[in-house]
Amino acid sequence: MSEQLFDLVVRSLWISGTALLFSLLWSVPISLTLGLRKFKGRQVLISIFNALLGIPTVALGLTLYLLFSRGGALGFLGVLYTPTAIVIGQALLITPIVVSLLTSAIESVNPGIRDLAKTLGASERQASLAVLGEARKGGILAGVAAFNRAVAELGIALMVGGNIAGTTRVMTTEIARGVATGEMLLSIQLTGVLLLVVFGLTFLTNLFRRD
Amino acid sequence: MDRWIGMLIVLTIAAFFALAVIEISIQNEDRLMVATTTSLYDTGLLDVITEQYQTVYGSNLYFLALGSGQSLEHAKRGDADVVLVHAPELENKFLSENIGGARKIIAYNFFAIVGPGDDPAEIENMSPLEAFQKIARTGETWISRGDNSGTHTKEKSLWQAAGLEIERLTDESWYLESGSGMGATLQIANERRAYTLADIGTCLKYRHENLIDLKILVNEGRELLNVYSVMAVNAENHPYLNFQKAVQFIKFLISDEGQGIIGEFGVIDYGRPLFYPAVQLLKENTNPQLASWIREYAFFDNSECPPQYRLGQDELYA
Repeated sequence: MSEQLFDLVVRSLWISGTALLFSLLWSVPISLTLGLRKFKGRQVLISIFNALLGIPTVALGLTLYLLFSRGGALGFLGVLYTPTAIVIGQALLITPIVVSLLTSAIESVNPGIRDLAKTLGASERQASLAVLGEARKGGILAGVAAFNRAVAELGIALMVGGNIAGTTRVMTTEIARGVATGEMLLSIQLTGVLLLVVFGLTFLTNLFRRD
Repeated sequence: MDRWIGMLIVLTIAAFFALAVIEISIQNEDRLMVATTTSLYDTGLLDVITEQYQTVYGSNLYFLALGSGQSLEHAKRGDADVVLVHAPELENKFLSENIGGARKIIAYNFFAIVGPGDDPAEIENMSPLEAFQKIARTGETWISRGDNSGTHTKEKSLWQAAGLEIERLTDESWYLESGSGMGATLQIANERRAYTLADIGTCLKYRHENLIDLKILVNEGRELLNVYSVMAVNAENHPYLNFQKAVQFIKFLISDEGQGIIGEFGVIDYGRPLFYPAVQLLKENTNPQLASWIREYAFFDNSECPPQYRLGQDELYA
């Protein structure tokens, strides 16, 4: 593996992994709320997250570009064309995936678990942790699906990352650039790695889910 | 301690740590953001320039390869410190709106009209305008960039000079817009056996790597002149811009060293330079005819940058 290829793969996985961590920060509490509490508007919220599953990356990319651009509302942050911008964009992109999959996993956990935990003296928070533990298989699937979407997307990385060599160039943007500039070999290698990552992770999850 | 809070804290630390690692790995404070036409970038010239510039000044150059129109648009929004473009019409507007200044012409070459080897419209060795008229008359397929890039701007002005209305052309069945960069457009033209206007650098590179077998049919004539310039973005509107570094980069490009890199680039691979240095040519009038073509095509008020747009960098024009 050439150094250039290695750098791109590591940077890609690192950026998308960071995006997943951030996304989990808010997605897990949202999912627990949606999955465990009964409140007015809950179904509407779930429907909205489900609808956002298909949000086009270019739509999110353009919105964030306009916000992060120096002329935009958040321009003072100076994050446009930095890895941080891609992390933010991808974290937002995959939030609906984590929330939708995790919420349904939590919903499918036997409600008796939570009641049992409470009967045994657990607080509301501890009980929800018990539910989360029971929903872990669905949770891992949610995480993997979200990571795969992040690492494979092009629109956000291109529009708010700028495809700058050595800083915001990731696997997908280099694949697109390689095709446009006639450097096919690296593009083909990267596509192989990308497919390996996406299929490999899914395969590993399935192994885990079977036991 | 509440396990919930513990988990949240660990997750937060992990997330920010991961972000910090990647941000720190790319020293941010010392970066010069260069929005550039794709031809300078895709040919690899800017890689060579970066290498040399970094060893001399130690600054990082970050390139956004966007096309001329989009590069100027980025500069306007304050998202780039310097622009490298080849669209004098757009540049003139850019200067007069005070968005940028300190413009220096750094290089030139000629656009090429390329097409299938058997040349069904029979335009080989015609003058550029005759060739455009002939293509329109025969209705052979034409691929336009359609992306407001420097090459697209040139193409539109050539159709106009050939007496054809660009608004009407876009309705013609033989006139297609790729909406893509030069490389992709060349590949589309190659697949469709069509004609297109290309910058000679990208065209030679693609032919050299056997990605296309389109033939260069017309590559002479003052109408095909292609002039590259560099401008600094005016920091008055955007105080965080790295204006000093931008001027330093411009000085490097017009120095003997920078001009030497431009003139030598591609000679080994392609047997001819892809770009010709312009600074000495304009200063010492070494080729009076070419110099006068460049002046007529890319000068404003008889200057590459009229005094009111020099942003205090008069020494660049000594």
